[in-house]
Amino acid sequence: MEAGTPDLIKLEDLQVESGLTGRKHVLSLQVENRPGVLARIAGLFSRRGFNIDTLTVGPTEDPDISRLTMTVDGALHPIDQVTKQLHKLVNVIKIRDMEPDQTIAREMAMFKVTASVESRAEIMQFAEIFRADVIDVSRRTLTVEITGDTGKIDAFERMIRPHGVVEMARTGVVAIGRSRPDA
Amino acid sequence: MRAADALCEALKAEGVKHVFGIPGGANLPTYDALYDADIEHIQTRHEQGAGHAAEGYAKASGKVGVAFATSGPGATNLVTAIADAVMDSVPTVFITGQVRTDLIGTDGFQEADVTGITLPIVKHSFMVDDPRQIPEYVHEAFYIASTGRPGPVLLDIPQDLSRADIEYEPSTGTPDLPGYKPSLEGNIKQIRIAAKALANSKRPVIYGGGGIVNANAAEEFRTLCRTDRFPVTLTVMGLGAFPAPDDQWLGMLGMHGTRSANYAMDEADLIVAVGARFDDRITGKLSEFAPRAKFIHIDVDPAEISKNVPAHIPIVGDAKDVLPKLTSEYEALQPDGSRLEEWWKRIAEWQREHPLGYEDSTDSEIKPQRMIEAMYKITEGGAVITSDVGQHQMWCAQYYDFPEPRRWINSGGLGTMGFGLPAAIGAKVARPDDTVVCLAGDGSLVMVCQEFATAAAHKIPVKVFLMNNGHFGMVRQWQELFWDGRYSSVVMGDSPDWVKLAEAFGWTGMRCTDKGEIEDSMKTALETDGPVLVDVHVTQEENCYPMIPAGAAARDMVG
Repeated sequence: MEAGTPDLIKLEDLQVESGLTGRKHVLSLQVENRPGVLARIAGLFSRRGFNIDTLTVGPTEDPDISRLTMTVDGALHPIDQVTKQLHKLVNVIKIRDMEPDQTIAREMAMFKVTASVESRAEIMQFAEIFRADVIDVSRRTLTVEITGDTGKIDAFERMIRPHGVVEMARTGVVAIGRSRPDA
Repeated sequence: MRAADALCEALKAEGVKHVFGIPGGANLPTYDALYDADIEHIQTRHEQGAGHAAEGYAKASGKVGVAFATSGPGATNLVTAIADAVMDSVPTVFITGQVRTDLIGTDGFQEADVTGITLPIVKHSFMVDDPRQIPEYVHEAFYIASTGRPGPVLLDIPQDLSRADIEYEPSTGTPDLPGYKPSLEGNIKQIRIAAKALANSKRPVIYGGGGIVNANAAEEFRTLCRTDRFPVTLTVMGLGAFPAPDDQWLGMLGMHGTRSANYAMDEADLIVAVGARFDDRITGKLSEFAPRAKFIHIDVDPAEISKNVPAHIPIVGDAKDVLPKLTSEYEALQPDGSRLEEWWKRIAEWQREHPLGYEDSTDSEIKPQRMIEAMYKITEGGAVITSDVGQHQMWCAQYYDFPEPRRWINSGGLGTMGFGLPAAIGAKVARPDDTVVCLAGDGSLVMVCQEFATAAAHKIPVKVFLMNNGHFGMVRQWQELFWDGRYSSVVMGDSPDWVKLAEAFGWTGMRCTDKGEIEDSMKTALETDGPVLVDVHVTQEENCYPMIPAGAAARDMVG
């Protein structure tokens, strides 16, 4: 066979993809439930200059394993490089870069909103539309609990912000893969 | 059995014969156990020395190097060596004493959170909180340190736990680490694609690094390089993986590499990177690095691939596994080797126009490059050379032709001044039958000169050839070239008197100031029993060339 025959790879056909995807990624990590694991992950992000948008940690069905869910901006960092660096941590067992349409992702938020006599009804109406619950009330405020994907919570926030948000607390995203309908 | 004794048993089960270290309060139980254990302990004079000695031992032998230190300052003194080991992927296990468990978190005497401090610079670390974990942790530590991409592992043991009584059961077999499964076997489909691209390349360069040395794959690397007449270059960490001199050898690449090597990278159409990580000292200005090339990147650490330079054909795997497969896939294509002739004509032009060279003195003055040539001649290229960091290191990489791997031991990634002497001590312990020479810089050597005592006390006959230019030479060079010659704090002067200092430590000290005597001095040093220092006075203000200025491209080499 001679060089340049069709069976060989033409160098000009070789391409690389940009590492940046331009969207937010939800990474779901299974990590060993041991002291210091979170510090290792946080330290990795800070020394490599990666930003974490949100981070949640909690138990899984297996007491030896914790789940860590984080969102990372794929427009700023090559997600591939982030996951490969995470994989180098010995205590990180598994990483899933969750596919948006194959994933159910939720976060919970609580808003303490200024609620005057005039605005109270409107806030409660918004809460109803967004299927949020009023969980605390005072003479001047209402506290609303809402669960949903990030977009829904952002939308709710936009609606009630004009009323005056005294305090807000958001959990960050937790996510789980969708089952196939026939599974 | 006392946990500290179990620790020694576990170390012996891993094949440990030598440990470098210093005792202190928190690791007293370990040293008490060491008293009867069949492990030779080399007491260094500073924990940093123990750490670098463990690295030198590992780099010279391929075995895991081990260093001990006590808690607090003992442990923090190891930090530079640990950082050095992670940058150069050196298989090492560092075992530190920690204060008693009831004192942890109370700012107790000599307490430092060494696991926390070293988190960013270890491959992995273990904090023992149950003495029964010790044997298993040791087994896991050695496995992690020595497999995949090697690196440093830290084991921190509180003093009271190492005194506890435990049942010792040896840990054997592959440890069960669900989050640690190095991929050693290269994907054959990727290897085939790589072979087909290589067979179609008209201007290839094979660019190898320290990963070849770590994988003990120099033979496999050479075989691949010789399947056709591929031009070969190596990083400072890879020197020796391909024999120098050789008619396929372009010399080292990078900031102080040869023009031929850097220009070849610049004009290459395909670069095969093996166990190398496209460090900034290699690429120079990243956006102008090898602009015409496609990249095949072979590395055991997937995170290195496409980290700095995007790889067109990534191959994750151990070089020892991947290279023979790539060789046979390539050979099966029966490519026409004559396609490389034009390329070699081009390279030969550069080699002819830009050979490495320097202007020798016309009087008795010793040019630093001349000193390296003398070292090569006297050792016949057969010594293990350790080095400090700076001009002398780069001159040695340029002018000393390393015929095989593990003969050149230096601090490449972290660039740790003072690495050379303790590394030489470690290398000599690992390879007592080889001549071990530390090529030192005067700025570097004074940082670790307490280790003269280690070599004297343990009768470790290392030879130090000191390239004495009275300056932090590389920093002086940068101040001359890029900071308008404003020499800020770079003069070392004539202190210490190195011959007297060597003698004070029980070494033989010699001085050489005449070009005509340099080879005889070195020869005498090698023939003299025990550790010997030769203080070689070289030109004070010589610059190391050629050079890619920081942030510039290969095309912009100066000197």
